[in-house]
Amino acid sequence: MTTSVTHPVPPAMSDSLSKSTNPVYRRRLLGHRVGIFLSVLAMAIGLGFLAWILFTLLVHGFGALSHTLFTLDTPAPGSEGGIRNAIFGSLMMVGLSTLVSTPVGILAGIYLAEYGQTSKFGAITRFVTDIMLSAPSIVIGLFVYALYVAKVQHFSGYAGTIALSLIAIPVVVRTTDNMLHLVPNSLLEAAFALGAPRWKVALLVRLRAVKAGVVTGVLLAVARIAGETAPLLFTALNNQFFTADMNQPMANLPVVIYRFAMSPYEDWQSIAWGAALLVTLSVLLLNILSRTAFRQKTPQ
Amino acid sequence: MNSQSAITASPADQAVLQEEARHAALRNTMRVQRIQDFVFHKVTLAFAAFVLLVLVGIIVSLAMGAAPAFREFGAGFITTNEWDPINDKFGALIAITGTLVTSLIALAVAFPISFGIALFLTEICPGWLRRPLGTAVELLAGIPSIIYGMWGLFVFAPIFGDHVQPLLKKTLGVLPVIGPMFQGPTMGLGILTAGLILAVMIIPFISSVMRDVFEIVPSVLKESAYGLGCTRWEVVRKIVLPYTRTGVVGGVMLGLGRALGETMAVTFVIGNANELSWSLFAAGNSISSTLANEFAEASSPLHVSSLMALGLILFAITFIVLSAAKLMLAGMARKEGAK
Repeated sequence: MTTSVTHPVPPAMSDSLSKSTNPVYRRRLLGHRVGIFLSVLAMAIGLGFLAWILFTLLVHGFGALSHTLFTLDTPAPGSEGGIRNAIFGSLMMVGLSTLVSTPVGILAGIYLAEYGQTSKFGAITRFVTDIMLSAPSIVIGLFVYALYVAKVQHFSGYAGTIALSLIAIPVVVRTTDNMLHLVPNSLLEAAFALGAPRWKVALLVRLRAVKAGVVTGVLLAVARIAGETAPLLFTALNNQFFTADMNQPMANLPVVIYRFAMSPYEDWQSIAWGAALLVTLSVLLLNILSRTAFRQKTPQ
Repeated sequence: MNSQSAITASPADQAVLQEEARHAALRNTMRVQRIQDFVFHKVTLAFAAFVLLVLVGIIVSLAMGAAPAFREFGAGFITTNEWDPINDKFGALIAITGTLVTSLIALAVAFPISFGIALFLTEICPGWLRRPLGTAVELLAGIPSIIYGMWGLFVFAPIFGDHVQPLLKKTLGVLPVIGPMFQGPTMGLGILTAGLILAVMIIPFISSVMRDVFEIVPSVLKESAYGLGCTRWEVVRKIVLPYTRTGVVGGVMLGLGRALGETMAVTFVIGNANELSWSLFAAGNSISSTLANEFAEASSPLHVSSLMALGLILFAITFIVLSAAKLMLAGMARKEGAK
């Protein structure tokens, strides 16, 4: 232990002198500087990885972008091709999943906010929703396989849609629930005082007040499922050809990326990079859009 | 009828009648609204129950699918390290080990970095930079996991295998106890690489939770410490961290839950070998990568069932970890409410 702290500093001694010679002060300052340095370093590492991954994608992806990427279907190795069928399949499945999961998620979210505040059922549902938010998506794929694919005996776009919906629903539920809690009680009480029934207050006053926030939730859900690969592996599978029939195995961007990137053929890998760039840009765009465009409009 | 009574009734009676009619109409409206509210309640309830039903459905369907495997191999399924689709012999030890080891590596690497990031964003960063930098870190969470896989396979693994692994082999590999973990061929792919890529993937989740809990520390506490002459680092070490300990652990558990179930990125870089090795450089397999690789091609019923059993084990592990995380964070939220 140093003894300098216990000695009262003579008032005549100038402040800077006492600081520069005081070992305790110097040790504390050093600790502070090291801590701050490490923290800045951690931030730099995080941003560095983001930049590295995006840079890689841009370099490899832009080389692969061409108009044939959008106009041709997935090729056999060695021949020219694109990902038209996969883009279409992904749009169909993600679109349909959004149509299914939005109303389901919003209504469940309304229940949690309106009636699930005090009840045990509400608490359990909220808890389970939170678990499902982070549950492994490949298990959702297994579930849909056991529930649907194994029964109808074939992979299909519908199975993929079910899997993606199950992943999107908890995201919508949670955001809706959170957003509805931002609505001030006075607003609801004003509506009740005018004699409005509960469903009208919930839908036309409360939900409407946080419309932008709920849209954010839906966008986040879309961003989440647009890049999901694991649950599609045993549900939608893949299809080398173009199909609009959702009852058949359906090509989709994530699985095509997976198959093509893991293949030994360079032209396939190049297509995979192009598809990867496309998926990542759309997902990040959705993320940024939901964070910036709709944020200010939600009541605080 | 109405016009007749209007003629014969006195003005006072008329008023009473009108009043009654209004009441009847009002009662009618109220009845309709009560029915509407009842229906509204039940409909939203049904959708909320649907979420619960999915959870129950997942557990039941996986358990049913896994039953044949557990009947065949018994509890030994979990402790057997043989995974041989050709001879229909299955044990989950390799996959479980792979999942746990990669996730723990990820956690060990991601925790300090996430802590640094959360600290930077809450205590150090100038206000105007907070939003853009915070968003940038959260974008890491937005990048699909398959992109991490591609980047890991084509960019990270070669560099890691050529430059970092030989270095680790020369330094850590010669140490007595942990030495064997850093030996073997330096291919770039393997358990360690998978763990490191998982680390990058879970950084945004952990740091975002930490940021949230750091922000609930009452300013009065921090200001008091500053007033006593504490440095910023000391405030973090001795005020912020102790106050938010549960929340920080909860965030770490949440990250762990994510890492355990992560599939595509791991499948790309783990090497996909059904072997158990002391070396972290060796190729391995995790539960999710085994599922991704084999499920669509599995033909024998026992193989399918064993894969289902793996899925059930994975779901059980993540469920426990995520529940623990949730409970800890709920405790933290109560603290915020009490503030």
